[in-house]
Amino acid sequence: MPQRLWRTPLNTEKVKRPKPEIHIIKEQCKGCGYCIQFCPKRVLEESEEINAIGAHPPRIVDESKCVICSFCTSVCPDFAIFVVERQCKEGC
Amino acid sequence: MTKKGIVLEGAHFMNGDVACAEGAITASCRFFAGYPITPATEIAEHLAKRMPEIGGIYIQMEDEIASMAAVIGASYAGLKAMTATSGPGFSLMQENIGLAVMTEAPCVIVDVMRGGPSTGQPTLPGQQDVMQAKWGSHGDYEIVALAPSSVQEMFDLTIEAFNLSETYRVPTILLVDEVVAHMWEKVVIPPVEKIKIVNRNKPNVPPEKYIPFMPGDDLVPPMACFGEGYGFHATGLTHDEHGYPQTSSSEVQQKLVKRLCDKIRLNADKIIRVEEVMLKDAEVAVVAYGIVARAALSAVRKAREKGIKAGLLRLITLWPFPEKQVSKIAKQSKTIVVPEMNCGQLVREVERSAKETPVVFISKLGEEPHTPMEILEAVRRNS
Amino acid sequence: MTEEMVHPFAKYLREAMMPHIWCPGCGNGIILNCFVQAIDELQTDLDKVVVVSGIGCIGRTAGYVNTNSFHTTHGRPIAFATGVKLANPELEVVIISGDGDLFAIGGNHFIHAARRNIGIKVICANNFNYGMTGGQQGPTTPLEALTTTSPYGNIEHPFNLVHLAAASGATYVARWTALHVRRLTQSIKKLLQKEGFGFIEVVSPCPEIFGRYNKMRTGLEMMEWFKRASMVENFSDPVKAEITPEKIVVGEFVDIEKPSYERLLHEKIAQINEKALKEMSQHAI
Repeated sequence: MPQRLWRTPLNTEKVKRPKPEIHIIKEQCKGCGYCIQFCPKRVLEESEEINAIGAHPPRIVDESKCVICSFCTSVCPDFAIFVVERQCKEGC
Repeated sequence: MTKKGIVLEGAHFMNGDVACAEGAITASCRFFAGYPITPATEIAEHLAKRMPEIGGIYIQMEDEIASMAAVIGASYAGLKAMTATSGPGFSLMQENIGLAVMTEAPCVIVDVMRGGPSTGQPTLPGQQDVMQAKWGSHGDYEIVALAPSSVQEMFDLTIEAFNLSETYRVPTILLVDEVVAHMWEKVVIPPVEKIKIVNRNKPNVPPEKYIPFMPGDDLVPPMACFGEGYGFHATGLTHDEHGYPQTSSSEVQQKLVKRLCDKIRLNADKIIRVEEVMLKDAEVAVVAYGIVARAALSAVRKAREKGIKAGLLRLITLWPFPEKQVSKIAKQSKTIVVPEMNCGQLVREVERSAKETPVVFISKLGEEPHTPMEILEAVRRNS
Repeated sequence: MTEEMVHPFAKYLREAMMPHIWCPGCGNGIILNCFVQAIDELQTDLDKVVVVSGIGCIGRTAGYVNTNSFHTTHGRPIAFATGVKLANPELEVVIISGDGDLFAIGGNHFIHAARRNIGIKVICANNFNYGMTGGQQGPTTPLEALTTTSPYGNIEHPFNLVHLAAASGATYVARWTALHVRRLTQSIKKLLQKEGFGFIEVVSPCPEIFGRYNKMRTGLEMMEWFKRASMVENFSDPVKAEITPEKIVVGEFVDIEKPSYERLLHEKIAQINEKALKEMSQHAI
């Protein structure tokens, strides 16, 4: 049986997948739900907590699933969420 | 092109509208946006030819509303800007004149008055826009309005209008009679060095310290323009000194509107100009402006020949109204005669300032301004 | 999640004016977001940018961006912007305004600016009603839609804005919805780099008012409608691109080259100025 090489990229050892760092500015969120609904990897869900204006900010379900597509950053009308590449030292 | 080449120094035989256009060019106006309307079209046509010659901008906009908006835009981008219109167009411009007042944009609006109301008599004179110049836009505000009586004054007062508008950051209106606009007379344009041109005060602080609507001691804020590094915001909404809208604060509204009015009211003495002829011992004083003042001058001279102690107060500045000057002559005269080509506009202000002194109003509408004989008759009757 | 960092676009927003007044889910915030992202990617000199807006919810945008900005009277941002652009053609003048402001009261200024091909850029937030004043019908309100001034259903046919812009002579015409954030950002970048009059219509959710009146109670429902109905068809015929409940054609419609008004004007001025200088020196001899 030949090894299924196409499942894993050949240069995985050399190329590191960027690690996501999601920032949620809870006080700025107005609870529209766009980031939660339209995240392609379903990384976010509505949290139980409420902020000062009574909205439920999103909370991260599994940060490792995020592919830094930045759709949430662009679609948020309130500049309340953004994702950046985690600045890593070696071995993170 | 050097300044000397741009300004047509020397003596000329000119049309009033053309003299106004040349006055604008001399005052360094480099932007004109207008719409054709009798009897102000000649200003636009002349500037359409002259502006490209001197590197200025002429654009015919789609209507008067757009013209006024474009003038404010050009002013905020750093150019001295002007528009010219008549009664119907002046009515259309009112909302944006309010915007110019609120955002303190220096600009000049020439209103060549014609017979109104509505379309009226486009080719015949009138003085029916006088009150509109002061009260035309909604809200409380003060503007400056000047009334030339001769073609030379069309040139001179256009320059003065620009100077006042730049000094006080206020839209300045040139209220012209159709007769003066279409007259041909001698105009002497002095050498450029002898002409006083005033430019707006610029901020003398770095951008991070600049507060766009923080007034100086004269109640006028220094003005930065787009693209000079200041990145400020201006709005027609009631705003604080930073230019940010404050639509819920009574305090900000009180402060801002009062300052916009005081800016002109408290500086009125520096703005107002009148011409006093034979008023020292006058018993009958004639108060007139525009073309009517020419006839009034002739009437007053004839009256003196007949032994009547008549005098003329020719108003050059119509707004802010020369209350002090009118009060003064009201105290010493028995009667004040006010001839106007309307149904009673500036005469109301005269009455207000004259208090107890009787004011006689002579109305005339139509093709001919008052003749000297008509005014003389009124003076004689009331002497 | 880690401790709070500053949003990467915070520097493009006036801190003193934040948070903005827009409702939860309002498309205006998304348009603002895409706009600042576009100028961030282009690294445009902020000092050269002038944002002009009219009256409306979207009209507050001028106050929020950290550039030169001006908030005009209703319907007049295009006329004001014409004055600015002609006075200083180096400035990048962008109008961000609403469907009522630009196409009802401001309609005349729009068609003439497009006809002249003056180099100002217009981004229209089309939310199908007059939101700021409480939800009245506007020139883009769909047939049969409910608004406060069409309580029995709107009987006016709405404008097809991309058709209007194309017919008036714009050199760049595009339509996106507030959901197409990435393509909208790229479109805005293209808009800013092109010469002449450019127009982008952004179909935008107004959940509190238009949405609520028309059975889309939340922003999510309106965005889901956009997702369902929109179809990317680049360079299709703008005449056929009317917005219906079943289909919203998005994409670029027009992308042509035509000399801008200010280019022609300044060329002419240079020509005439030179001629006048020559004549002057001849007279002096």
